[in-house]
Amino acid sequence: MLPSRRMILAHFWLAFGSFGAALLLGEWQMFVRSPLHAWIGDPELYYRSVTAHGTTMAYVFPTLVAMGFGYFVTEASLRRPLVGLYWAWTGLALVAIGTVTAVVPVALGRASVLYTFYPPMIGNAFYYIGVVLVVVGSWIWVALMSVNLYIWKRQNPGAPVPFAMFATVAGSYLWGWTAVGAALELIFQIIPAAVGLTNTIDAGLSRVFFSWTLHAIVYFWLMPAYIAYYTIVPRAIGGRLFSDQMGRISFILFLVVAMPIGVHHLFEDPEVGSGFKFLHSVYTGLVTIPTLLTVFTICASVEIAAQRRGGKGPLGWLAKLPWRNPVMLGVAFSFIMLGFGGAGGIINMSYQLNSTIHNTQWVTGHFHLIFAGAIVIMYFIIAYDTWPHLTGRALDSLGLMRTQLWLWFIGMIVLTFPWHYVGILGMPRRMAFYDYTDPVIAQQAASVVMSVIGGAILVISAALFFVVLARGQISARMEPGNYRFSVATHPPRTLPAALNGFGLWLSLMIGLTIVNYGFPIAHLLAAQGTEVPVVRVGAAR
Amino acid sequence: MNWNWLPLLRDRWVVTSVGVTAGIAVGSIILGFAWLPYEQPGERFRGLWDAICSAAGLIHVAPDRQPVVQAGYPTTQVEIIPGMLRDASAESVGRGATLALRCTMCHGARGMSPANTPNLAGQYPGAIYKELADFKSGARSSAIMIPLVADLSDRDMRDLAAYYAYLPRVHDEGAADGGTPQIVADGAPMRNIAPCGACHGELGNKTGAPWLEGQPVSYLQAQLDAFASGARRNDIDQQMRNVARGMTPAEIAAASRYFAGGP
Repeated sequence: MLPSRRMILAHFWLAFGSFGAALLLGEWQMFVRSPLHAWIGDPELYYRSVTAHGTTMAYVFPTLVAMGFGYFVTEASLRRPLVGLYWAWTGLALVAIGTVTAVVPVALGRASVLYTFYPPMIGNAFYYIGVVLVVVGSWIWVALMSVNLYIWKRQNPGAPVPFAMFATVAGSYLWGWTAVGAALELIFQIIPAAVGLTNTIDAGLSRVFFSWTLHAIVYFWLMPAYIAYYTIVPRAIGGRLFSDQMGRISFILFLVVAMPIGVHHLFEDPEVGSGFKFLHSVYTGLVTIPTLLTVFTICASVEIAAQRRGGKGPLGWLAKLPWRNPVMLGVAFSFIMLGFGGAGGIINMSYQLNSTIHNTQWVTGHFHLIFAGAIVIMYFIIAYDTWPHLTGRALDSLGLMRTQLWLWFIGMIVLTFPWHYVGILGMPRRMAFYDYTDPVIAQQAASVVMSVIGGAILVISAALFFVVLARGQISARMEPGNYRFSVATHPPRTLPAALNGFGLWLSLMIGLTIVNYGFPIAHLLAAQGTEVPVVRVGAAR
Repeated sequence: MNWNWLPLLRDRWVVTSVGVTAGIAVGSIILGFAWLPYEQPGERFRGLWDAICSAAGLIHVAPDRQPVVQAGYPTTQVEIIPGMLRDASAESVGRGATLALRCTMCHGARGMSPANTPNLAGQYPGAIYKELADFKSGARSSAIMIPLVADLSDRDMRDLAAYYAYLPRVHDEGAADGGTPQIVADGAPMRNIAPCGACHGELGNKTGAPWLEGQPVSYLQAQLDAFASGARRNDIDQQMRNVARGMTPAEIAAASRYFAGGP
C-alpha cells in the first residue's frame, strides 16, 4: 500500500467529480442547440456552460489526473514515500480553490469567455485568478516530480531511472514549460485588463502566447494515457514491454517537439507570418513520430502477450488476446480512436486543408475524439488499475467495467463522427443557436441529433464508471501487494546519460521555443498601435 | 574561460539530437522563408530579403514603394468602445434636454417626429455621439446638420447623446407585419452580407450599431443608398458600405420597410 494513497485518491476523486459535472454540461449543450430542443432564447446561458465545461475539462480534470497519477508513479516506481507530501496537499488545495474561484464568476455570467479566453473579451478577474491558481498548484507538482527524481538519482547513482518515473517527469516538464505561455498572457495582459488597470489589449499577442500553451497542453493531457500504454497495459494483459529505450525516446520526442508548434492554431490569424506558420506546421508533423513509435511498441508488446497465450500467425494472435480484460479492451478502443483522431489532426495541421475545416464543428469533433476518447478512456483504465492500491479494496466489477468501456467507445464514435461530418458541411463551432428550418443547414439536423445520442451514451457510461469506483470503495478489504509496472523484454541495466536524464532535452525544448516563438513575440511586443479596446463580458454594451 | 562543456561535443547523443533538430529547423526555415514565398502566385518581391521579411510577418511595403493610400475624404475620428456614455449623470441628461430644444423642429419634442428624420428617443448614446461628432468633423455630410453642430462642444454632444438615450423608445405597433425579409433574417452569405440583426439586433447589438426599429422608411432607404453609392462614408472599416453595395435595390427597400415597421 502506498504511503500517500489518501492524497492520491483525493486527486482522483476531485478529478473525476469535476469531470462528471462538466460532462453533464457538455451533453446539455449538445441537446439545447440540436433540433430536439427549442432555442433557449439566451445565448449567454450556452456560453456560460461552454466556459465551465471547457475550463473544467481542459484545466482541472486532466491536470488532477496527471498530478495524482504522477504521485502514484513516484511512490510505486521509486519504492519510497513521496518527498514533499504537505506540498502535494497544498498543490491540491490550490487547484481546488482555483477551480471554485474560476467557476463562480462563470456561473454568474461574468466570464463567458470560453476556456481559450478570447481577448479582447475580458471576464471577471476572479475567473483568471482561479485559472492561475490551478496552474500554480500544478507547478508544485512539477517541482515535486523533479525533486523526487533528483533525490532518487543521488541515492542511486548511475542506475536507470524506472521508465514510469522517467515518462512522468517528462510530462511534468512539458507542462511546466508549456503553461508559461498562458501564464504570461494572463499575468501581463488579461488580468491587468480584468482588474481595470488597462482598457486595451494586444489580442494578437495574446493569441500567440496562448498558442504556446494551447497545443502542448494536449500532449500534457496525453501523457498519463501514454504512460499507461507503456507501463500498465503490457503487465495487465500478461505481456512484456517491447522496448524500454524506444519508450524513453518517444517521451523525449514529445518533450522536444510537442511544445513549439502551437502556431498551427493561428493559421487564419494575420499577426503571424506565413514562414512561422510553415515552421510550426513542420514540427507538428514531427509529433506523429513519437505517436507512431508508441503505436508500434505497444502493438509489439501486446503481440508478445498473445504469443505467450499461444497466438500465432501474422494476425491470428489477435484472437488469443485477453479480450475480457478491461485493460485490453480499453487500449484497443483507445488506439482506434487515436487512429481516427490522429488522421484528423494531420488534416488540421496542413495549412491548406485546415482552411476548409478551420473553426468548424470538425475541430470540436477532432479534439473530443482524441482527448475525451483516446485519452480519457485510458484515464478510466488508470483508475481501474490503481484503485485497489489506493483503497485497499478489491475492484471486481469486471463486467460493469467492460460495459462502461464499450459504452464510452460507442458513445464517443457516435458523438464525434457526425460532428466531423457537419464540420465538413461548414457548420461553425461555438454558436449557441442553429436554425435548422433554414434549408441551407437543414441537412445537418440528422447528424446533430446523432451526436446528441452519442453524448447521452457517454453520460450513461460515466455513470457506470462512478458506480464501479464507488463499489470499489465499499467492497471487501484486500492486500493488493506491491504495485507492478510493465517489465521490458530486455530491462536496461545501464543507460546512456541522455536516456536517463533531461538536461539535453530541456535545452533543446527551450532552444526550439526560442527559434519558433522568439521572433513573432518580439515583433508583436515591439509593434505599435496593435492594441484594441477590451470588451467586458457582462457589462452594458 | 571554462572549457568543461567541450566533452559534450564528443557525446553522440548530444551531437546527433542537436544536429537533427537544428537541421530540421534550418531546412524548414529555408523552405518556409525563402522558397515558399516565391511559390505563391501573385506575390512580387524586390529580392530575397523582402521575401524573408514578408514570411516573418513584417508589414509588407508594396513592390513599387507606393505609400499606403490615405482616403481622400475625412474619415470618422470617433473611437467607439463598448458601453460608452452609458452611465450619464442626471445633470448631463438635463443639459442635453436644454440643448435639444434646438433639435425639436425636425426630431420632435421628445425625440419622435413624423418628419421622416431619424427618431432619436432611446437611441444608443454612442451612436448619437458618433454621428454628431462626424457631422462636426465633416466625416458625414448634411446641409442641415453641419451648421447646427458647428458650435457644439464635445460635452454638448455627450449631453445630447445622454438625453436622447434617456428618452423611452416608442414602438409602433400599428404597422402590418409582412414577415421578415430573407435579407434581414439570414443576410446573403454568398455575398458576404450578415443578417441585419447580427449587429442591429435586439439581443445582439454590436458596439456602435444604432437601434433601427421604427426609423422612417425614407430615411433608412436613403442611408442604405448613400452607403451603397459611397456618398456616405463615415462607417468604421466600411462595414455598412460593404453590406449595402452587395444589396439589390429590392433588398434595400425590403429591409428599410421591415425596420420602419411597414408591410
